[in-house]
Amino acid sequence: MSSAFLSLAASTGKIKGPHIDWAGLSPLVAILGGVVVVLMAGLLRPRFAREQLVPGLALVSLLASLGLTIWQLDEDKSLVANSLRLDGLSTTLTVIFLAAGIATTLLSWRALAPRESAHGEYFALMLTSIAGMIVLVWAQDTITLFLGLELLSIPLYVLCATEMRRASSLESGLKYLVVGSVGSATLLYGLALIYGATGSTGYAETAQAFAAKGLSSDTLALGGIALVVVGMCFKASVAPFHQWTPDVYQGAPTPVTAFMAVATKAAAFGVFLRFFDVALIDAQSTWGPALAALATITIIVGNVGALGQSSLKRMLAYSSVAQAGYMLAGVVVSTQLGVRATVFYLAAYLVMNLAAFGVIIARERETGRGDDISAVTGIGASRPLLAWPLTISMLALAGVPATAGFIGKFQLIRATVDGDYAWLGIVIVVGSMISLGYYLKVIAAIWSTDAVDEAPATAGGSVALPALAGGAPDGPVTAPPAKPAWELTLVSVVFGAAIVVIGVLPQPLFDFVERASSAFANLV
Amino acid sequence: MTIHLSLMLWAPAAFALLGALFSGGGRTITRAIAGVGTLIALGYAIALVVDYKSGGGQQYVTDRMWIRELGIHYKLGVDGLNLFLILLTSVLFTATTLWSLQDDRAREGTYWLHLGLGHTFVLGALMAQDLALFVAFFDLMLIPFFFLSLGWGDGPRAERAAAVTKLVIYTLVGSLLMLTAAIALAVLSASQSGNDLSFAFSDLQQVTLTKGSQEWIFLCFAAAFLVKMPSFPFHGWMPDGYRSLPLPVLAVFSGVLSKVAAYGFLRIVVPLLPDAAVHFQTLMLLIALASVLYGSVMAFTTTNARIILGYSSLAQLGFIVLGVFSLTEQGAQGAILQSVNHGLVVAPAFFLVGAAAKRAGGSEDIRDMGGIAFRAPILTVLFLIVAMANLAIPGSSNFVGEFLILLGVFNAKLAIACIAFTGVALAAVYTLRLFIRAMHNRVGQRVDSRDLSLGDALVLVPLVACILGLALYPQLALKKGERTVKGSVAAARQITHPPKAAAAARVPAGGQTVPLDPTTGQPVDPSATGGTTP
Repeated sequence: MSSAFLSLAASTGKIKGPHIDWAGLSPLVAILGGVVVVLMAGLLRPRFAREQLVPGLALVSLLASLGLTIWQLDEDKSLVANSLRLDGLSTTLTVIFLAAGIATTLLSWRALAPRESAHGEYFALMLTSIAGMIVLVWAQDTITLFLGLELLSIPLYVLCATEMRRASSLESGLKYLVVGSVGSATLLYGLALIYGATGSTGYAETAQAFAAKGLSSDTLALGGIALVVVGMCFKASVAPFHQWTPDVYQGAPTPVTAFMAVATKAAAFGVFLRFFDVALIDAQSTWGPALAALATITIIVGNVGALGQSSLKRMLAYSSVAQAGYMLAGVVVSTQLGVRATVFYLAAYLVMNLAAFGVIIARERETGRGDDISAVTGIGASRPLLAWPLTISMLALAGVPATAGFIGKFQLIRATVDGDYAWLGIVIVVGSMISLGYYLKVIAAIWSTDAVDEAPATAGGSVALPALAGGAPDGPVTAPPAKPAWELTLVSVVFGAAIVVIGVLPQPLFDFVERASSAFANLV
Repeated sequence: MTIHLSLMLWAPAAFALLGALFSGGGRTITRAIAGVGTLIALGYAIALVVDYKSGGGQQYVTDRMWIRELGIHYKLGVDGLNLFLILLTSVLFTATTLWSLQDDRAREGTYWLHLGLGHTFVLGALMAQDLALFVAFFDLMLIPFFFLSLGWGDGPRAERAAAVTKLVIYTLVGSLLMLTAAIALAVLSASQSGNDLSFAFSDLQQVTLTKGSQEWIFLCFAAAFLVKMPSFPFHGWMPDGYRSLPLPVLAVFSGVLSKVAAYGFLRIVVPLLPDAAVHFQTLMLLIALASVLYGSVMAFTTTNARIILGYSSLAQLGFIVLGVFSLTEQGAQGAILQSVNHGLVVAPAFFLVGAAAKRAGGSEDIRDMGGIAFRAPILTVLFLIVAMANLAIPGSSNFVGEFLILLGVFNAKLAIACIAFTGVALAAVYTLRLFIRAMHNRVGQRVDSRDLSLGDALVLVPLVACILGLALYPQLALKKGERTVKGSVAAARQITHPPKAAAAARVPAGGQTVPLDPTTGQPVDPSATGGTTP
């Protein structure tokens, strides 16, 4: 018995674990530590601990991770036996995820969803998802890539369903689970085929194998690439794999929608850039035109789909599809300029969307009208601090000058022209033209002077559980109206101001994202 | 004298913003603060015209690197092309400001904010010496007008929102195509010359792109400018847009914004894309001709007075495009002069329409007007002067402008000039019809004739004085700009009229390119010396 233990101890002593660079790994460790602490704190009995301490701890962990990322900002090294890599792209995107996480924490602080699902679980799931994003874009290996993807996705499936008494939230979670799993499975299959063709899982080895064996026209490898494209397009909601997006975005609790819109998108594009521009760069002539075609379809489908929507979240969902198409253009060209343009646009996209979602959540709570466009009608006169951020955000998403969106599109179009895809630049502006149709509609509503019935649309009645959660199927759709919350105004105003600041003085952000392209020494 | 263009540019917006922030302090304070900003710009504009040295190229240049990554400069400058358009802008915005003082309106602070922003953005588009900066201001200047129409426009709100959305989409469709074209122009120029990416006009002028690139870039720019003007097949937004804008704002919208488009042709398209300009010359002339004829015919079949002025502008802008694409010096000079003339005429014309509508029971339909002259002699005289200027009666500055334009077209394409002459006659038809139906004829049913009030006179008389002044001395506008205007068509002119042996001595660079002054980017004229930027 004791000899068995001894031999076990001896054998574990003999297994040499990989060298771990804890300094480089520290941003991820901070988040994972936060997950544990937040989950534990959520078990405390006092109401204060659950409703104030838990979000506070989540915020602390995110800020700590942000600090550590900034500490490691200019590092360039492999961690944990070449499965993760800390470089410019990793740190830049991690900052974007963490910014999205901090904003989401503020947006969720007094929201309905964490109250319904328990605060500890809600915030722990959110942090786990961020950890997944970090693993995903730091990954240097297809196995790690898949681990990161699942770590990112599974908490999100749950988060979508956290407003448990609202049928549409549950529906949204279920839909996302089904579609997301299909996407993951497709991606996994594709990765397996690529492994079959190249015989390696590391990105660098894959790239070498492509170059050495001339796999750019190999059927097995190309089949793998096609499946990987499909799988990632599901995650990035690129048409025609976007159908889940409007339903899921609309049904999910709005803070979760905001988080999905900005952070998941950034993660998906991070891995797009990393995997295609590093591992599959030799097959660029094959997947480049295919992705360009997908980008075109996405831009048209997203913008046309958004035209008829009266639900703001649904509208922003289609808009996010369209924006994914714009950013895909930066991936297609496979140049350092394209990488910079995509990452810059991701940052701009973050501020534009968070400003808009802050306002939508604030109005949702104040009016009880949900996310219908009537919730923001006439706020120009009554709530200027919400009206201006939303107006600026809509103008920026449409690409009006002096906003972050304009500079972002400018750089993307420059990248397309520079990479001999000038026609894709034209497609981007055609998309922007269509998009004016729905963005201006929102602005017209905001500054409408028509009197709006300020009485809440729904009154809080008896709370019943939907059938799936063990109750009657028709519960109240929204929470009863609440007083204006300062943190929502803060998020809207800060990000609204950021849109204009980036639009007028973009050079600091350009300098910041410059390091992202330094990770792609192989590109011109 | 040093004139800081940045101060002039940002004063209207900055003061309007200040006024909006102090809007709690009462209407008078807001108006006073916003008014100061407008007057500062006007003062600067007059100082510019007085101080501008006729012989020189670009003056009062401000050049800072704005966005290093994109090679965008914050570069402002004044030369013969934009000098008088800047003055026109400031004059018309001052007139609109005075006019707006007459009415009470809700949310006064925001109204002035948007007006001030509009002023700044239009000035910015005119002053910009960097293509990206121009594009940014060109797009931006639409946004305040969107809000002005939405918040304070005429007509039922739902229709207004639809009309102004249509206006914005229409114009931004063009502008966004221009954005792609501008980026392509700079990127291709940079890759052709091997220099860093730069959007400054002076850098772009160093490179002549290949013909194929020039042609698609030209079409994108033309789309932007023709929509903005508007020109015949692209004017779909115009009637609805004009109906929904508030009149004081419409005066400046019609008087100034369309001119920025005409200016864009002379500043960007013709000098930077000379081969394409020559290639598409006939197409552009035909579009312009169609605008002249269609605008004229529509103007004498419509009965709404402000739409008549809208179609009249369509026809006048057709003339301006004719002038630009005659690709001759006379044509280009006529186009700039006519831009100023038309702005000066159309703004008081809208004011007069407003005044006539007030006296006709609020209706802008000319069938409800009539006989207003009866007890309003001063109003009628002023209207007559404006009408005469609009139909380009000999002796008016508009006559000089149209004459130069037609002379230019005559030299370029005889057949088109012959048809365009009918446009001059048609202008008399629709202008006199408007004047007679409004002022004379049988007295309308609800017409209550009364003369100008002091406030009205304050707006109208200075504008009419400007028209008369320019009629007496049109050389003022012609002479100061002569050299720059000639320079902007020089490259295209060399393609249509290859230099002969005698001329070749003046153009050593071998036929295709004009020698450029490296500091100003303007074509060098060896005969002129000195007088450049201090």
